[in-house]
Amino acid sequence: MSTGEVRHVGLNLGATDAIAHRKAERAVFGFWVFLMSDAVLFALLFATYGSMLGATAGGPTAAAEFKLGSALFETLILLASSFTFGMASIAMKYRKAGESLAPLLVWLGVTLALGMTFLGMELHDFVGMFQAGAYPSRSGFLSAFFALVPLHGLHVFGGSLWVLVMMVQLASLGADAQVKINILKLGLFWHFLDIVWIAIFSVVYLQGLIR
Amino acid sequence: MNDALRYALFGKLAAQSLPFVRAWERPNLSEVIAAFAAALVLIAAAALFVLITARGKWRYLWEEWFTSLDPKRIAIMYVIVALVMLCRALIEGVLMRAQQAVAVNSAGFLSPDHFAQLFSTHGSIMVFFMAMPFIAGLLNYVVPLQIGARDVAFPLLNAVSFWLTAGAAALMMGSLVIGRFSTGGWSGYPPYTELAFSPGVGPDYWIWAVTLGSIGSTLTGLNFIVTIFKMRAPGMHMMRMPLFCWTALCTAILMIFAMPALTVATALLALDRYLGYHFFTNDLGGNMMNYANLFWLFGHPEVYILILPAFGVYSEVVSTFSSKALYGYASLAVATSAIAVLSFTVWVHHFFTMGQSSNINGAFGIATMAIGIPTGVKIYDWIWTMFRGEVRFTVPMLYSLAFMVTFVFGGFSGIILAMPPLDFQVHNTVFLVAHFHNMLIPGVLYGLLAGYHYWFPKAFGFCLNERWGRIAFGCWVAGFYVTFMPLYVLGLSGMVRRAQEVFDPAFRPWLSVSLCGALILLFALCSLGVQLWVSVRERAQNRVFVGDPWDGRSLEWSVSAPPPAYVFAVIPEVHDRDAFYESKRRHDARRRPARFEDIELPRNSAVGVTIGLSAAAAAFGLVWHIWWLASVGVLLVWAAVIARSFARNVHRVVPAAEVARTEERWLAAAAASPPITRPLETTSLNRGLAERSS
Repeated sequence: MSTGEVRHVGLNLGATDAIAHRKAERAVFGFWVFLMSDAVLFALLFATYGSMLGATAGGPTAAAEFKLGSALFETLILLASSFTFGMASIAMKYRKAGESLAPLLVWLGVTLALGMTFLGMELHDFVGMFQAGAYPSRSGFLSAFFALVPLHGLHVFGGSLWVLVMMVQLASLGADAQVKINILKLGLFWHFLDIVWIAIFSVVYLQGLIR
Repeated sequence: MNDALRYALFGKLAAQSLPFVRAWERPNLSEVIAAFAAALVLIAAAALFVLITARGKWRYLWEEWFTSLDPKRIAIMYVIVALVMLCRALIEGVLMRAQQAVAVNSAGFLSPDHFAQLFSTHGSIMVFFMAMPFIAGLLNYVVPLQIGARDVAFPLLNAVSFWLTAGAAALMMGSLVIGRFSTGGWSGYPPYTELAFSPGVGPDYWIWAVTLGSIGSTLTGLNFIVTIFKMRAPGMHMMRMPLFCWTALCTAILMIFAMPALTVATALLALDRYLGYHFFTNDLGGNMMNYANLFWLFGHPEVYILILPAFGVYSEVVSTFSSKALYGYASLAVATSAIAVLSFTVWVHHFFTMGQSSNINGAFGIATMAIGIPTGVKIYDWIWTMFRGEVRFTVPMLYSLAFMVTFVFGGFSGIILAMPPLDFQVHNTVFLVAHFHNMLIPGVLYGLLAGYHYWFPKAFGFCLNERWGRIAFGCWVAGFYVTFMPLYVLGLSGMVRRAQEVFDPAFRPWLSVSLCGALILLFALCSLGVQLWVSVRERAQNRVFVGDPWDGRSLEWSVSAPPPAYVFAVIPEVHDRDAFYESKRRHDARRRPARFEDIELPRNSAVGVTIGLSAAAAAFGLVWHIWWLASVGVLLVWAAVIARSFARNVHRVVPAAEVARTEERWLAAAAASPPITRPLETTSLNRGLAERSS
């Protein structure tokens, strides 16, 4: 079987690592299925959010609480982290056996730093909202906001932890087939979170500020 | 000990959490029954513990079962969990029937709170901890064998799914001994289940048990989608798969898309209860109808998650015991897929009375009736499969026949409920209770039992006792009709469901008949137990080691019974739809391979059981607000996941010589066994070698 064959929807490793390339098929397909399930989860939370937009119960509204500048900056950081993860994936794909792991580790490290920055800023936003009296138990609308957006944040936190674990594994186990496959899955996860954030930025923040 | 320290260590746990203490303080019949049930759980658990310890079987259980990643072993554990939970939930059903029969203008023997707990646990267990694990068990055993695979796609994930389900089931059993369960029904509707109306731990038990179970099911769905799409043997095209695999695939897809809705519903309810959110509360903008929508977005596909695999079982059983290829295979595959898609378009029919416009109700009513079409196609296909076939009325076949008749009745009452104006009349009455039992008992339970009888010889190497099987079958069918037909009458007469006390004396005779039916069902369950006992005792006479007792058609019959851990010495090449049957006709079955090779299998792992038990401990901590336990549990789960990702030596090799020995022994047994004709297949002459049909 040719190693150049496309075996799954994702970054194929046929040119540099035939073994990992072959083994990745099931794992990556399975991860796509997981992401579908996760996407349903987010879709339902978006729907819930949409149905509770008006349920402010006399409390803070979207227009009063959302900070466009901060949300935009978070968006840019998360997009940048997707780019740096892409660079990590490329570094992994074109790294020949025996070459240094440094580029891969550096790009993963930058991704991790960007992820943590995003989380820090988001947390800062939440603290500001709490101080302004916009906390989840205030109204149905804020409940929906504080279910949808922090769930994405929790995913980013999990993803960051995962990046860290992969960096430790690269350092301790080297880039074996299993590590590479896990980085492929992590890449899908990271880009997926980016897409979800784009939806949050448009549906939650932009829509909230238009009204 | 001061209160703060006590709360930090034990949360809301108190002496009154124990039913024994409550029964001591207020000795009425209702509390005594609760204490008795709790004692039964404790005694059974202690007896099991003593028995295992006395026989020195802990090491065996740990090494061969608890840490096993073999889907065949996991399947058997799933079914054991399901059968244990079936016993509990069925007894609860009988108690409810008894209460209603005696509570006509009298308080009866169960307090309203206790009665409400019973209908909540009965429903939750039957759906999440009886039917779901049973189905996961059948999927695990049968799907890999039928598609010619040695394993599922993700063996460890499979163990995690099982142990999450088992942990959740343990939590359900724990709720019997410590604290009280929810009184909010199996659907847990807020605002009743919100803190304002249910301040106790009951709804929290329900939330976390169901959440763990639903995560387990999501992962099972994921596993089987990948298994079926990526691991079929060479030549096993989609349209050559046994129909059970088609139904398994559709169920797996439904799990992936529907279970998240349940997870969201329970998680948002938990946020309301734990962090003071306002999703479904009465005040501050909460909207409980969001919950109804989320829950039934899961709840209706769930019906088909349960029923489709049973349809798959019937397809296998009817075809095998008619000695005919399945009639209308393509139409059955298409109908299965159509049902899977339509199942997402009907959820509003669970709450036609919500207050939405009649056009919306009309659309959902029509969609509901539309599901009857593919289902009808299936019924006709099964009938035509039997037509001019060599039909044998074995126990699985009897269940299939009872299903076809009974399920059609249930379908008719479903069509009645699908019309919004009629639905308004019987909404929330026992008519509905009769209807969904009329769908789920034949549509799920009979299918599970048919599958249990059909594949039991494959899994254990000996047949189940036919006589006790027939007795149990007769009781399951008679018991169903006697119990639930009166409920149709009562529902049309206006008896509301979930009533602890009844005030119309005209209902009394019908309720008494219904109680008799429930007792017949209890006897049916006992008969199953007797059957298992008798069959195990007489197993030596009923061995079918060669592995093909029913002249089977699909690949699971092509290997020994029970199959070796690696199942197939050589991965089969598939040329036809009824792969094994055709290979028998070509004199190509049970052939000695040219050479044996080493086979790689997953090594045992304690990660699955660690994750399941830690998650259950975390859930228990959350229920009782024991925050340290919850934190430790969650940390252990993720520590196990991360630690496992470092593991590299995860496979073991079965050497070619061992494979050769195992296969030679089996081939020798096949050569020495008498071929059995169809009329004699239920006798103890059957050694698992079917006479070749022309």
